[in-house]
Amino acid sequence: MTQVFRPDGQVVPVTLVKAGPCVVVQRKTVTTDGYNAVQLGLLEFAKTSRTNKPMAGHLKKANAEGVKFLREIRLQPGDGDPKVGDKILVDQFKPKQMVDVTGVSKGRGYASLVKRHHFRGGPATHGSMFHRAPGSIGASSFPSRVFPGMRMAGHMGVQNVTVRNLEIVSIDPEDHVLAVKGAIPGPNGGYVIVRRAKKG
Amino acid sequence: MTHPILTKFYNRHKRTDLPEFRIGDTIRVQVKIKEGDKERLQAFEGTVIARKNTGMGETITVRKVSFGHGVERIFPLHAPVIDSISVVRTGRVRRAKLYYLRGLKGKAARLRERES
Repeated sequence: MTQVFRPDGQVVPVTLVKAGPCVVVQRKTVTTDGYNAVQLGLLEFAKTSRTNKPMAGHLKKANAEGVKFLREIRLQPGDGDPKVGDKILVDQFKPKQMVDVTGVSKGRGYASLVKRHHFRGGPATHGSMFHRAPGSIGASSFPSRVFPGMRMAGHMGVQNVTVRNLEIVSIDPEDHVLAVKGAIPGPNGGYVIVRRAKKG
Repeated sequence: MTHPILTKFYNRHKRTDLPEFRIGDTIRVQVKIKEGDKERLQAFEGTVIARKNTGMGETITVRKVSFGHGVERIFPLHAPVIDSISVVRTGRVRRAKLYYLRGLKGKAARLRERES
């Protein structure tokens, strides 16, 4: 992340996202598939030597040699009618527009309750012997079991996370870079999907 | 290493009109102050005792002694609130952070001029 200053002096924290160039690899329509969607492929960072023959044949319809990160995205009303082989670039977005960003969150491994479920934990000192333990997980002889869904320790992170309504601060069509206000899911260099905001 | 795209973003947004100065230099910062819908400039003159962070988040700490009280202000270096900076006096120091000046008063808190 970095930051920019608004003309009035306000600091805006931004994340830079390289968005595209993407190509429409497949177009799904109501008549053929029952719903409207596009399959988008990211054209950069692709290793063509790693593309197997079935994939190469699939990509050939879009005149793409190789893609990295192939994802299907449902079309919303007002999205127009992209054709197979069309390029999707950052000019789809405008500054001040709101977007949703979906990515895979950073893995935290086996994490316990303070980190995973924001439990408060106990006092660290003053003779306290209750620090970061879960506490009671239910009553005893009745119900004689732990209710399903009880928040406990377990694997945390590496989940699909969507952050909604992030503002686009600036666009660089030359490098295909968007500057999005705020933080987005995943590590530096991770892959994300940037979409027009679903809810205003 | 900084990502090339991040470097490019920084080069586009950074301020290029500021003079070069070092830790220990005495500088005069002209700060924009908004009063209602009017804007005026206020000067803050003092010694640069620290320079922190890199990129767009870079800040400087300027210290002066005002009526016997030490006053420090932290300025984001690339912020539009800074109208201009001018170097008043150079200072020869051997540290990157001059926090030791906080414990010194009067003659002891002087810095020798840097020979260029």
